[in-house]
Amino acid sequence: MSTLTNEAPLLTAKDFATDQEVRWCPGCGDYSILAQVQKVMPGIGVPKENIVIISGIGCSSRFPYYMNTYGMHSIHGRATAVASGLKAARPELSVWIVTGDGDGLSIGGNHTIHMLRRNFDVNILLFNNQIYGLTKGQYSPTSEEHKVTKSTPFGSIDHPFNPLALAMGAEATFIARSMDRDPKNLQAMLTRAHQHRGASFLEIYQNCNIFNDGAFEIFTEKSTKAEETLFLEQGKPLIFGAAQNKGIKLDGFKPVVVELGEGVSADDLWIHDERDINKAQLLIRMFDNPKNAGHFPRPFGVFYETDRPCYEDLLRMQIEETIAAKGPGNLDKLLRGNEIWEIQ
Amino acid sequence: MEKQQVLLNDVVIKFAGDSGDGMQLTGSQFTNNTALLGIDLATFPDFPAEIRAPIGTVPGVSGFQVHFSSERVYTPGDICDVLVAMNAAALKVNLRNLKPGGKIVVNTEGFDARNLRLANYADGISPLEDGSLNSYEVIAIDVTKLTREALKEFADLGMKEKDRAKNMFVLGFLYWMYNRDLDNTINFLTDKFSKKPTILQSNIKVLQAGFNYGDTTETFSTTYTVEKAKLPAGKYRSIMGNQALSYGLIAAGEKSGLPIFLGSYPITPASDILHELSKYKTFGIRTFQAEDEIAAITSTIGAAYGGSLGITTTSGPGMALKAEAMGLAVMLEIPLVIVNIQRGGPSTGLPTKTEQSDLMQAYYGRNGECPMPVIASSTPSDCFDVAYEAVRIAVQHMTPIILLSDGYIANGAEPWKFPTSAELQPIDVSFKTTLDEGEVKFQPYKRDEKLVRPWAVPGTPGFEHRIGGLEKQDITGNINYEPENHQHMVNTRQAKVDKIADYIPLQQLDSGPEKGKVLVVGWGSTYGAIKSAVMELQAKGHAVSHAHIRYIRPFPKNLGEMLKNFDHVLVPEINNGQLVRILRDQYFVDAKAYNKIMGVPITKTELVLEIEKML
Ligand code: SF4
Repeated sequence: MSTLTNEAPLLTAKDFATDQEVRWCPGCGDYSILAQVQKVMPGIGVPKENIVIISGIGCSSRFPYYMNTYGMHSIHGRATAVASGLKAARPELSVWIVTGDGDGLSIGGNHTIHMLRRNFDVNILLFNNQIYGLTKGQYSPTSEEHKVTKSTPFGSIDHPFNPLALAMGAEATFIARSMDRDPKNLQAMLTRAHQHRGASFLEIYQNCNIFNDGAFEIFTEKSTKAEETLFLEQGKPLIFGAAQNKGIKLDGFKPVVVELGEGVSADDLWIHDERDINKAQLLIRMFDNPKNAGHFPRPFGVFYETDRPCYEDLLRMQIEETIAAKGPGNLDKLLRGNEIWEIQ
Repeated sequence: MEKQQVLLNDVVIKFAGDSGDGMQLTGSQFTNNTALLGIDLATFPDFPAEIRAPIGTVPGVSGFQVHFSSERVYTPGDICDVLVAMNAAALKVNLRNLKPGGKIVVNTEGFDARNLRLANYADGISPLEDGSLNSYEVIAIDVTKLTREALKEFADLGMKEKDRAKNMFVLGFLYWMYNRDLDNTINFLTDKFSKKPTILQSNIKVLQAGFNYGDTTETFSTTYTVEKAKLPAGKYRSIMGNQALSYGLIAAGEKSGLPIFLGSYPITPASDILHELSKYKTFGIRTFQAEDEIAAITSTIGAAYGGSLGITTTSGPGMALKAEAMGLAVMLEIPLVIVNIQRGGPSTGLPTKTEQSDLMQAYYGRNGECPMPVIASSTPSDCFDVAYEAVRIAVQHMTPIILLSDGYIANGAEPWKFPTSAELQPIDVSFKTTLDEGEVKFQPYKRDEKLVRPWAVPGTPGFEHRIGGLEKQDITGNINYEPENHQHMVNTRQAKVDKIADYIPLQQLDSGPEKGKVLVVGWGSTYGAIKSAVMELQAKGHAVSHAHIRYIRPFPKNLGEMLKNFDHVLVPEINNGQLVRILRDQYFVDAKAYNKIMGVPITKTELVLEIEKML
């Protein structure tokens, strides 16, 4: 057997780093995300030259410059649209979109929803820091209400998006959430996003320590994380809490938080099923302000996954079927048309 | 009664009726019939702005003008010899373009009290009866009644369906009037209604009834013949502008070996290119109806980055939305063909009317110093060559290019001496897949003698690289903010576009002496009108010449010299003076403008008057 000699040399995270100096602010959550992406890439089974990272504009959109793959730093909000064309033309490429809450949900919101409904087989990494970092600190479409920023000195009055609900509304086939401060979970989610065939929407909570420091502290800090987060695992009951003593039960369509013990066992709890769209809708709506009494913990992990044909596959099939039925195009026939006449 | 035959040189017919009267079909059938006889022609359809304007009203009038001749034809004609008016509104809209003494073929049923009221004829007095048409030859036919009579035996057909065939009666009558046979239309109907035998039979019946009506009715004593034109020898077909443009793109895809990707958002009058290219899956063409104009161009940029022949098609408002992405394409230095089928502006403007008012937008309408080549088509069939050239320039110079056409060209038709694929120059293009001698590392912005950077596409091992919209260092393509580098890159991008002038033909005079009194300079769809006007004046012995510019940015290298050989330069445009300003700016020439911006083409007649003022 000669298979060993044909195998490409195994790559490491280092092979995915470029010689460009990384220019995010020290302490920015983007560093961790970059590190996790570089760690995951060697293991996804795609040759480096077949990986393309496309970004829009914003702090996160510097990402392609730091990845030794093919990449394009495009224009504000349009990464998803650029990726659509690339993927339609070159289905064999592994296309990753790096965008942010401003880039992907504000100026580029239209492309994001259309990308999701068409279900190109790409991975959308939406770095959500709930602020505009590159333009130096204005509120974003995911900033909480009453946010005081440079452009909202009296507090913002916009209601924020729930990004996952938006993705669900746009018929996304893979919806997940992770965070910069949980490398293990983030690596797992990146891998899952890659494995999903279709448009994977992965929201990543990312701390902007300059303009919105601590926005997700309550989910990331040791002291509160266990109580305030809920890590979803397929086929497992929804359990959380420092002592893993709390769970979520379904009372009809209504989720309720229960204490385990005293007549409530894990068997009574809601069992996570990524393929259940109704349950996914409820999980996505566990989005209440952690400052409110009686709020739910914030779920992380894969909320929903389903299978639907990808745009680029359907496009290719249509072309192949037409050629199979009619034969390849003949330029001379086309130019000649059906009715001609001759002048001597 | 003995029927008389008259030989004519040149005829202009306008078919006009309500949008539902099938005048576009009638006109195009008559056109094909004419073309197949080897008669030269040009057409111009005139659509209502609303899809379904109220029936019988002036805004609902749809028209189709065809100019045919045994001489060469360059325009659809300034004024008509024959007006077909299916209702009162159609007469009202088109009468002013009928020449004195011209013929009016009317459907009398379209002049009943209701139609007169809808067309705003005061007090319901019919122009057919009040003597106002005395200076014309009116041929009044109750087309509706005769159509119904012809279809008496078609019991399955409802009245509505029967009435729908009345355009065939008119067409048949005109075929009789111009000594034609019915074969091509019968073939067309057979094809179209192959699955609806009753509709097919009824249409053929009515077509023949119209023909026979002319033949047997005593009142009509004269038929007319136009002989075939002296066109260059070869095989011809009839072609419309947007169709030719689509074919040019397909041909360029085949001859460059690049798969076509079209990203487009529907917009009048460009949508037909999206429709046309979407048909040709057998050529492997990928068409993508994007969510908006911005996605249309940016998806195309993505496809071009991946090695496709990237094309995006739109009209003026769409160009405005695409501007930022064009800037990205300039920075990325990747090939892209951006097609603007111009229409009346600004804003939504006059979507179905024609204008040449986006030239400045094409030239300058982006942020930053953002040079892009611009090329323009001048007639329907010229769209083929121009599209082909646009692709050649884009892929061989690694640049986005703007192709300007307009609604007048897009929907106009003319005979086309089509090429064979073997006659088309191959378009050489290659991806970078190996390092040249002496190269140790791939440098995405290292340039060749044309100042063109290499095209390395994803999937090529060892050539991984990042590109983007930030200013970049020459050679390496790394982000770079240094002052000298920016100056250098701005200059280099300009020089790269300027250098295209070395790879395009010199400007030729279309007609006239090399030195003389007046040079008329045009671009785009004014071609036919300028050519006809200039030829008329040349025939009278005047030293007038005509140059029509296809390559607008950069201009052909000899254009400046050419302008200086004339006492006067006149630049007619369907805008407020755009090319004329660019010419003055680049060549310090005292060019005069002639502008009209009414949503309609410039006519030969008005140009003759204008040029005469300079003689
Ligand atoms: S501004 Fe915020 S998001 Fe941007 S690089 Fe700095 S810390 Fe990161």
